[in-house]
Amino acid sequence: MSSPRLNRRDALQWIGAATAAIPLLERDAPAADRSGARPRSVVANGYGPDPDLIRAYSPGELWPLTFNDAQRRLTIVLCDIIMPADESSPSASSLGVQDFVDEWISSPYPGQKSDRAIILKGLAWLDEEAVRRGARHFVSLPAKEQLAICQELARQAKKDSRKFPGSFFYRLRNLVAGGYYTTPAGMKDIGYLGNTPQTEWNGPPDEVLKKLNLTPQQ
Amino acid sequence: MPLISPKQKKREYDVVIVGSGAGGGQMAYSLTMEGVKVLILEAGRMFDPVTESAMLHTWDQAPLRGVATPDKQYGFYDASVESGWEIPGEPYANASKEKLRQFQWWRQRMMGGRTNHWGRVSLRNGPYDFKTRSRLGVGLDWPICYDELAPWYDKAEMLVGIFGANEGIENSPDSSPGVLLPPPRFRAGELLAQQRARKLGIDVVPIHRAILTRAQDAARIPGKLHPRNRKAQRLLAQNMRLRLPCIYATDCHRGCSIKAAFDSTSVYLTPALKSGNLDILPNSMAREVTLNKAGKASGVTFIDKTTGAEHHAKGRVVVLAAGSQESVRLLLNSKSNPFPDGLANSSGKVGKHLTDSVASRVSAQIPALENLPLHNEDGVVGQQAYMPWWLAGQQDKLDFSGGYKALTVSGRKMPSLNTGRSFDRVSEADGIPFGKQLKEDARRYYGSFQGIGAQGAMAANDDCYCELDPQLKDKWGIPALRFHWKWSEDELRQVSHQQQAMAEILDAMGGRFFRKPDIDNPEKAISQGGRIIHEVGGAITGADRSKSVTNQWCQTWDVPNLIMADGAVFPGTADKNPTLTIMALAYRAADHLIEELNQGNI
Repeated sequence: MSSPRLNRRDALQWIGAATAAIPLLERDAPAADRSGARPRSVVANGYGPDPDLIRAYSPGELWPLTFNDAQRRLTIVLCDIIMPADESSPSASSLGVQDFVDEWISSPYPGQKSDRAIILKGLAWLDEEAVRRGARHFVSLPAKEQLAICQELARQAKKDSRKFPGSFFYRLRNLVAGGYYTTPAGMKDIGYLGNTPQTEWNGPPDEVLKKLNLTPQQ
Repeated sequence: MPLISPKQKKREYDVVIVGSGAGGGQMAYSLTMEGVKVLILEAGRMFDPVTESAMLHTWDQAPLRGVATPDKQYGFYDASVESGWEIPGEPYANASKEKLRQFQWWRQRMMGGRTNHWGRVSLRNGPYDFKTRSRLGVGLDWPICYDELAPWYDKAEMLVGIFGANEGIENSPDSSPGVLLPPPRFRAGELLAQQRARKLGIDVVPIHRAILTRAQDAARIPGKLHPRNRKAQRLLAQNMRLRLPCIYATDCHRGCSIKAAFDSTSVYLTPALKSGNLDILPNSMAREVTLNKAGKASGVTFIDKTTGAEHHAKGRVVVLAAGSQESVRLLLNSKSNPFPDGLANSSGKVGKHLTDSVASRVSAQIPALENLPLHNEDGVVGQQAYMPWWLAGQQDKLDFSGGYKALTVSGRKMPSLNTGRSFDRVSEADGIPFGKQLKEDARRYYGSFQGIGAQGAMAANDDCYCELDPQLKDKWGIPALRFHWKWSEDELRQVSHQQQAMAEILDAMGGRFFRKPDIDNPEKAISQGGRIIHEVGGAITGADRSKSVTNQWCQTWDVPNLIMADGAVFPGTADKNPTLTIMALAYRAADHLIEELNQGNI
């Protein structure tokens, strides 16, 4: 295979550079400066045109991740606001969806580039908003207030999904919910019962046909 | 799969085939079963669908939840490697900068070609589709009629294994009795579409796809396909027994390790190799077809992509099946004194008459399909039902020449990354749904969306063609193609009709629309040229050698031992997908070639 896979040495270098750079740029800088800071661009390679299709991949394996501890903590809280646990299914964070979000915004491909900028900016904006409301961080706000902020962002997103900060919530919600429903637990919760080898396919069961007033196909 | 290196190649072959997909694979199969010594040059690497298909993987096991990237342009798990509309180092150009005049060219650089990347929809062209010019005064006629190709449709269908039903529909032909495998039962949404469309006079019937719904009849079919050839019968029976019926899970685009879904490698190349008459050279990029002093094709010059070295494969016959426009490019790049404008181009028609499916889609949410009792709706995954063109007999009363088929897309499909945002328009939430509300919306609305996609006929015209770009070259220095593309008013009127009809069908299903169908502005709805990956033409077959490139046996008029065995020969696009016709034509061309070789005519 000729795929330009990240080798171990390069990976270690990138991880080193990333962990060294992130605290300076994003963790320790004053909140006011953070929102305006341009997020670093991604320099890693993709998986190439001929990747191994059979093995399973984990976030961080193919390219270095971005989130620092604070961003990660915040994303976990947001994951569980967007997809909370309930009687029948687990929360997004328990399924590791925050790692997928990090993988996504760290992607070297052009399709994820604008998500990276908006999500990093949005995370910073949430902490600023928390400061405006007298807290140190978004994560230290009471749950009720966190939810109210998200509810307001959801309204803005519905009005115009391209205008910040509604755009941030729109994109994060898409990633968290999509990331959730693509896990086995999420597929179960939505009622997807397929992807199971069968020896026969008999069409919809009688109760479905009855509900729709349909006669089975011969 | 035993492959050879350039050093192991024999001094000469009976036939050198460029390409290993639907056309090249069928050619190689037919010829090697009859003892003809064949070499296939494949531009890509070996790909083994048995060990490399990610059949039951879930999206969370893939990078980026498996979404398309520049490296994997149809999604991570699509069984395409080193393939796509854009391949680094292998450029092409568009003559116009206008958005509607762009042509996108998908290339498949791997063993088995595009048969790896295929919905497996396998429909026969109908009698009218061969006589567009005579019937409607547009486009071009084929030199053959439907009845002349029908026996090879039967043979190709028996060999490949295709499910479907004989419905007796005008211009959507039935197969001979006993040829088709039983179709899968419809899903709830498909039954609903069938019930409601009937009121509009539109039939929803089982589609035909190259998927085994039961084991092939290995006791009967080999004898029918290879009478008096015991060795071929044995090899085919053996190979048929290696294929298992569909497991009713996973998308055929991912490849099929149980060989229920057809691909060239599993069905054509495997038995062909076992015949001992086939060599395959992978990673071999063809540059030029060579001529001998007598003006006959003598072989193919190619580049070994692993070393960059150039080699020549010698053959008494050359078959081009590189994927229609790639075969055209090879002809244009094979210049010589007798053919200064490209090989077999005395008519000036090489590169001309490029066509593609005319496609658009409409979707809606169907309240009747909400909150259905949970059940597995995978079926054969993907299309099971379609609406064959219902106005075939009334085409002269319409304001466009091309009919179309409509494909229903419904069901509780495996959720994708897009699922998370798919309930926004139906949700009653204050704002975009999230939290508990989103979970409830998802349980209620998931599976209640219905899409209909139309794919229609396109008559050949003078505005759609390709030529060599005066400057652009690929990374091996081979001149690249430049495309000219323009949808005509004829196609745009068809799309208006598509949009209106599909909206009516969804409306009859009680659909809620979130986007107005583009009846009055079809240019917004029409798919870009090449996007459906059904492009054909460029070395068309015809009855008149001054207006076409090949005769009815797909032999080029100028060089009879040069045969075109892919979509390049199509003098137009029907409302059917091209692949089955490519296979039937290649089968027919191979049978004719065997006769000619036996009689010493070539």
